[in-house]
Amino acid sequence: MAENHGATAVSAAGKSGTAAGTRLLEVENLTSAYGPVRALDGVSLSAEAGRITAVLGANGAGKTTLLRTISGLVRPVSGTVLLDGQDITKAPVESMVGKGMAHVPEGRGVIAELTVDENLRVGSLFRGKVGKGEFDRVYDLFPRIAERKNNAAHTLSGGERQMLVIGRALLAQPRILLLDEPSLGLAPRIVAQIFGLLRQLVDSEGLSVLLVEQNARSALSVADVGVVLNLGRVVVTDSASTLMGDEDLRHAYLGF
Amino acid sequence: MDYFVNVTITGLTQGMIYSAFALALVLIWRSTRIVNFAQGSMAAATTFIALALIQAGASYWVALIVALVSGFVLGAVIERVIIRPVEGGPELNAVIVTLGLFVAIQALIAIIFGSSFQSFPTPFGVRGFELGDTTIPLTPTNLYVIAAVLVTMALLVALFRFTRIGLAMRASAFSQEVARLLGVKVGGMLTLGWGLAAVVGSLSGLLIAGGTFVYPAYMDSLIVFGFVAAIIGGLDSPVGAIVGGLILGLALSYVSGYAPRGSALVTISALVILIGVLLVRPGGLFSSSTARRA
Ligand SMILES: Nc1ncnc2c1ncn2[C@@H]1O[C@H](COP(=O)(O)OP(=O)(O)OP(=O)(O)O)[C@@H](O)[C@H]1O
Ligand SMILES: [Mg+2]
Repeated sequence: MAENHGATAVSAAGKSGTAAGTRLLEVENLTSAYGPVRALDGVSLSAEAGRITAVLGANGAGKTTLLRTISGLVRPVSGTVLLDGQDITKAPVESMVGKGMAHVPEGRGVIAELTVDENLRVGSLFRGKVGKGEFDRVYDLFPRIAERKNNAAHTLSGGERQMLVIGRALLAQPRILLLDEPSLGLAPRIVAQIFGLLRQLVDSEGLSVLLVEQNARSALSVADVGVVLNLGRVVVTDSASTLMGDEDLRHAYLGF
Repeated sequence: MDYFVNVTITGLTQGMIYSAFALALVLIWRSTRIVNFAQGSMAAATTFIALALIQAGASYWVALIVALVSGFVLGAVIERVIIRPVEGGPELNAVIVTLGLFVAIQALIAIIFGSSFQSFPTPFGVRGFELGDTTIPLTPTNLYVIAAVLVTMALLVALFRFTRIGLAMRASAFSQEVARLLGVKVGGMLTLGWGLAAVVGSLSGLLIAGGTFVYPAYMDSLIVFGFVAAIIGGLDSPVGAIVGGLILGLALSYVSGYAPRGSALVTISALVILIGVLLVRPGGLFSSSTARRA
């Protein structure tokens, strides 16, 4: 399964300038703490170009902290974050999206008071003027939010919000997309739809994804590589299909 | 009838000024969740700058522009230098800092400009327009005040609605973290927001001063009414600030115009209106607490 995806990703990844399979995002020995609580304890992992890497773990495993540390919202105690070989550990949060990394935070990060269209426009602000065609493309991907274009974002359903924030992140033209529990609170059908779309963008456009999920079954079914996190440490890293097949591991850490 | 129209026009004019002051408070509250108690003395400072220029021979209009620009600089500098370091800390800290600034700036005005009463000019007459041989109670100064506030508000609306920087400012105000993740330089937007709010606050100070006397504490009653207007409107809503200002301006004008010994009752009436509104709608008339989630 993983091999198939890898093969299609090669051609497309050329577009973003990084060959598929090379390490686009590397996290080395990352430790983050909230006061005395160590939420990440020497985490090392990498996300490869043109692949979906899933980080799995139970409540409190440190998944959100991992993404927040990568994008600079939480400053680590030690360790480094490299994006395409460049050290971004101390880079300002505002600069990340310009470097090609878009982070969709836990709880989705819709700006409730703005309209759907304004939310999308905020996502493209840092790029200067952006053609209407790019917005149309997002609306084509998500016809449901196209209908709600001029409504305040707080009137959207959970699934629509998820579509909005993914569409907004895509307008930043990221090389890597960090997603924090996109499946949370969504019906299985919508989850399948959103994950299917991610797969398609990765395969056809060379996008790379670091996907954080508690919903391990769905995440592994779409991912190429899985990283299991427990109490702030990496337990195992392997191909998604191998992790799927490891019954003991699934029972112990993934809850299915 | 004539008297009623007269009282109404006075109320609307005053109300516009309260609206402007309230709007300055709301702009800062929305973007930084800080109640800026220093707004009044910041506005007083710029009015004294205008007065100094006028006394030195500058025209009213030059003085007005310079005062508004210095209002912007003052607001931006205060945010960057004084407010930024206490932001993100306990909420009370920033409020105490603005209270401290309120007193400090007022003292500074007294030191630099003196504490005597000085008359502040108005560019237009205060006699009603004449239609044939009847004088209507609308004066050129009324018109000027109302137009100045309306134009300023229209410019702000245009900025927030139709420009990219306005969108970035709104995004920063509603959700700093998300805006940051989307590449918006939130710090710069907050500085800009304080600067613009101070411009609107300064405008209210200059307008209320027109044709009267100024001294370091001349803004004190406007500060009270501006706060009441902002809270009536809901503190979170620019439209609320404007409506709150107009309601208060009209109500106070009717009280002082019709109630026996009315002018003595004005401040108390403001308090009664405030309590009345808060009893019926604790969040203010235009509060939108439900929209503020997720
Ligand atoms: N702001 C915070 N202050 C203090 N402790 C925190 C904070 N955020 C997270 N923690 C703690 O850090 C640990 C990791 O939390 P984190 O949110 O990263 O977990 P998670 O894997 O995302 O969990 P979930 O699946 O519930 O979202 C937990 O023990 C949590 O209690
Ligand atoms: Mg989490």
